[in-house]
Amino acid sequence: MEIVGQLQKQFVDFTTSLYREGILDGQFVELQKLQDESTPDFVCELVSEYFQDSEKILTNLTTALQQQVVNFKVVDDHVHQFKGSSSSMGALRVRNMCIAFKSLCEEKNLDGCLRCLQQLKHEFYLVKNKWETLFRLERQILEAGGAVPFVDYRFY
Amino acid sequence: MGCEMEIEQPEDMDIVLSSMWPEDINEAGRQFNVERPGADRDMLAEVTINKEPNIVDFKRLMELANYSDKGNWQLANLVKNWEYKQANAVRLLREELDNLSKQQQEVELKKLEILEEHRFEKDGFGGDKRPISILDENLKYFYQDVPRRKNDVIFHGEKVEIEAEYDSIIYWKQRVGHLEKLLEASLRREQVLQEKLQESIENLERQSSPVEELSQVLERADNFLHFVLQNAPVVIGHQDKELRYRFIFNHFPSLREEDIIGKTDVEIFSGSGVKESQDFKREVLERGLPSKREITFETELFGAKTFLIYVEPVFSKAGETIGVNYMGMEITDQVRKREKMAKIREEMAVQKAKETELNKTIHITEESMRAKQMLATMSHEIRSPLSGVVCMAEILSTTKLDKEQKQLLNVMLSSGDLVLQLINDILDLSKVESGVMKLEATKFRPREVVKHVLQTAAASLQKLLTLEGHVADDVPIEVIGDVLRIRQILTNLISNAIKFTHEGKVGINLYVVPEPRKVIKQGSQKFSSDQSANTRKNISTSQNKQYYNDIYGDTDGEGTCENDVRNNVPNSPVGNEAPMEEDKESQSKPEEPVVWIRCDVYDTGIGIPENAMPTLFKKYMQVGADTARKYGGTGLGLAICKQLVELMGGQLTVSSVENHGSTFTFILPYKVSSISDSSDDQDELSDMENQDNLDDGDDDDLRSGVFLFPPRTLGSLFSSQSSGRIQKLSYKGDGLLDDASSPSSNITYNETSSEEDGHVMESSEFKTSPSPKSDNSNSLETNGDNLNETSDIIEYQTEARRASSSECSSSNSPGVPKNELKPKILLVEDNKINVMVTKSMMKQLGHNILVASNGVEAVRAVQRDIYDLVLMDVCMPVMDGLQATRLIRSFEETGSWDDAVKAGIELHLPSPNSSPNLQVEKPMKRLPIIAMTANALSESADECYANGMDSFVSKPVTFHNLKQCLQKYLV
Repeated sequence: MEIVGQLQKQFVDFTTSLYREGILDGQFVELQKLQDESTPDFVCELVSEYFQDSEKILTNLTTALQQQVVNFKVVDDHVHQFKGSSSSMGALRVRNMCIAFKSLCEEKNLDGCLRCLQQLKHEFYLVKNKWETLFRLERQILEAGGAVPFVDYRFY
Repeated sequence: MGCEMEIEQPEDMDIVLSSMWPEDINEAGRQFNVERPGADRDMLAEVTINKEPNIVDFKRLMELANYSDKGNWQLANLVKNWEYKQANAVRLLREELDNLSKQQQEVELKKLEILEEHRFEKDGFGGDKRPISILDENLKYFYQDVPRRKNDVIFHGEKVEIEAEYDSIIYWKQRVGHLEKLLEASLRREQVLQEKLQESIENLERQSSPVEELSQVLERADNFLHFVLQNAPVVIGHQDKELRYRFIFNHFPSLREEDIIGKTDVEIFSGSGVKESQDFKREVLERGLPSKREITFETELFGAKTFLIYVEPVFSKAGETIGVNYMGMEITDQVRKREKMAKIREEMAVQKAKETELNKTIHITEESMRAKQMLATMSHEIRSPLSGVVCMAEILSTTKLDKEQKQLLNVMLSSGDLVLQLINDILDLSKVESGVMKLEATKFRPREVVKHVLQTAAASLQKLLTLEGHVADDVPIEVIGDVLRIRQILTNLISNAIKFTHEGKVGINLYVVPEPRKVIKQGSQKFSSDQSANTRKNISTSQNKQYYNDIYGDTDGEGTCENDVRNNVPNSPVGNEAPMEEDKESQSKPEEPVVWIRCDVYDTGIGIPENAMPTLFKKYMQVGADTARKYGGTGLGLAICKQLVELMGGQLTVSSVENHGSTFTFILPYKVSSISDSSDDQDELSDMENQDNLDDGDDDDLRSGVFLFPPRTLGSLFSSQSSGRIQKLSYKGDGLLDDASSPSSNITYNETSSEEDGHVMESSEFKTSPSPKSDNSNSLETNGDNLNETSDIIEYQTEARRASSSECSSSNSPGVPKNELKPKILLVEDNKINVMVTKSMMKQLGHNILVASNGVEAVRAVQRDIYDLVLMDVCMPVMDGLQATRLIRSFEETGSWDDAVKAGIELHLPSPNSSPNLQVEKPMKRLPIIAMTANALSESADECYANGMDSFVSKPVTFHNLKQCLQKYLV
């Protein structure tokens, strides 16, 4: 039980840090609320779907920005997609980066876009990493026979 | 130098003498800064000195030399120098003489001594004596003396060493021999000295006279000066006290001596600067102090040249000024450069100042833009939860409440509405000001717009007012412009008019006017007076360039248009066919004509006091504090209207008589729709066509320009329409529901009214003819009463809203009695993640949803099936949510999917045969479409409403928002 307690504490601390650092926002709590007995892996599935989707978008973005003549409309569409999904996932920092990216697109600022893409990738892999850690912790807690504590965003 | 020489001289007299001249001249030459003349001579020999450039008045020079202090001093110097040289030579000679006489003395002394000695010896030796020359004896000493001086060899009193025995004959003989030799040498030396002395004297005689010497010096100095100055851009001169030139060096080449000497500047040159220089010289002359000045000459002789002039006064021995020395250096290039530099520096400073100013402006602009964006975002953030509050309150108001609770709730609703309205207005304003507002050029029918606006207003009317509208016959049936914005302006003005009118009437007049060129100018002036908004407006203007291009077309086109219009006027009363044909003719021309339509919104209300006029269109300004309290409102409505009108290239004005009413007038350019009319009636104007199908009377309505909504009692059924401002939350839906559900009543009415009044009422004067349809409206009223009788009307807006929701529920309930089936919900969303999230949320709410991934799919889905609710993403690929909604609404209005087909959507075939039922039924029921928006500015709620959406949820969708929304729309 002690291990469970430790893991739970670790989980709470970790989740809290995610909110505090602005990596995630309240939307993620919304998603967690949607998960119940009938759909125990809802969040996890959603997140992995998001990973796949996002990596595809990032690849598309990279390709789109490498074209001889960059079609900013296409770039903008990709970023819009990314923004939408990140927003729904509560990946706040990715979402904010997307917003910045979109305004650079509007300016047709290629250098800015390329820089932003790097940052976007960075933010995405950061949140991916965090989520993976979070789910690993969750799994560990469950394997140790404990319950995953619910961390409400509003308290942080 | 001289002193040093004196010390050295005694040692090397002859050498000193030979080197004396050069040394001395050096000293003397110093006055003129001349270097060693010896070297100079060679140097100057190589140079051919052009002696011409100086012209001298020698007489004057003499005078100068004689009388002026300076000349005196120079002469004195020269003389002193010469005197000094001579004195030096004399001193040297004297010293030489001294030396010689000293030696002579010594020799004489020696001689005496020797004589003494000999006398003594004589005494001692007696006879054997030979006379010995005294000189011989003395020379020995002399001999000893001279070499010592000359060669620093010291001869001591030399004793003649004789080996022979003393006093023997041999001894004496030897001694005599010795002495003789000595004497001989002494004599020789004496002779040498004599020669030298002679030579010295001769030398002295050979030396030149002082005058010769002086003139040599002067000539050298003169040559040297010439050498130095011959190529310098320098003029040197001397002028007497009448400022007549007495000497000039480097005068202008074309001038001869007689042209200059004895003349003044003014006599020689003419042009600007000459007088100035003369005055300057005179000033120096008078003040007696040297001075410098820069003078620019512009003379015929040498053109434009700038000289730096130095003038110094020349004084006589008595201290009077007798003239000036003048030196000028040409510095034209330098001045030019300097001026250029100054100019550049000045320009740089200006540039810099401009830059700073610009930076400041940019900074301010950025700041205010950011503030605006912030405001918009905040407004959006506030609006979402607030609409939640209002919605809940609305739902609450439909539950069973006692009278007091109802009143409280009504207050709550009206407050909420006010805040919502304020936020919407702010969003609108910031959109216009930040240039985000984009105008669309779409085809629309002005009569329809007027009718709809009046219908809408009539429906929500809580007062006994007559609403009337008159569209002049010369107004084209179809024009192109931003119908949404125009409708917004009209609605706003009408609701304003209604708000401030307690009895009488409120109406709209529409008629064609010639292009108001002056008016436009005035408009733009007013425009620029509002500086803060100006820049942004310009931005938006440029953004809407396309819109203007669309609207204005060619300038030629405008002319034709006016002609057409005039042609139309006489025809109009005859019938509808004639203008149509005219139109066709005009369409055959390539230009698209522009027509200026004036719209008056008039009322018989409280009017506007004169002193309130200037601030009428300002933001947040209302006529008075009382007004705000009494009538509510944000004070933004008119500001928005004005900005919108100006954005579309028009002008909004007002005239008013207090207590009698106000008239708001806006004039806007519209492009006359060219592809409309007969041929397009079938395809494009599908709604018309369909209305034709449904109701034949509509064909006339198309061109009838008279609408009348007589007063009714409070709270009629179709007042489900809220007043214009509030509509923003839900107006489109209700308005169209109004249209769809009550076309027969209004339209038939209009038909008759146009038959009756159409011919008579060409002018804006419009008579009320309420009677014929009173039955119809009464029947409507009864319905309304049923719905509304329970409530006390505290605020009609609230009332209207509540009515709307209750009306909705009532219309639903009879169609599908207490729907036990689960409502069918369509989610239109392209983002996979969002679909997953929304689906999951819906599942939690107990709903299953169908998903369409873009606007086209959504339209197809709606065509195929009946849905109870559509959640529509705004920004989607292929077709966005706004267009899809418009297409769905168009179908609901017209019962035909022609618009959708036109938009390129392939629809399912079976519909035409199987749909009659649907077509009849479906338009009766308005499909709630809820927008899902992520961005406050680009996909603002207003745009959603304007495109026919009913509400919106902001993204990311939260469980709570979704639940609220469903509760509101799925009853």
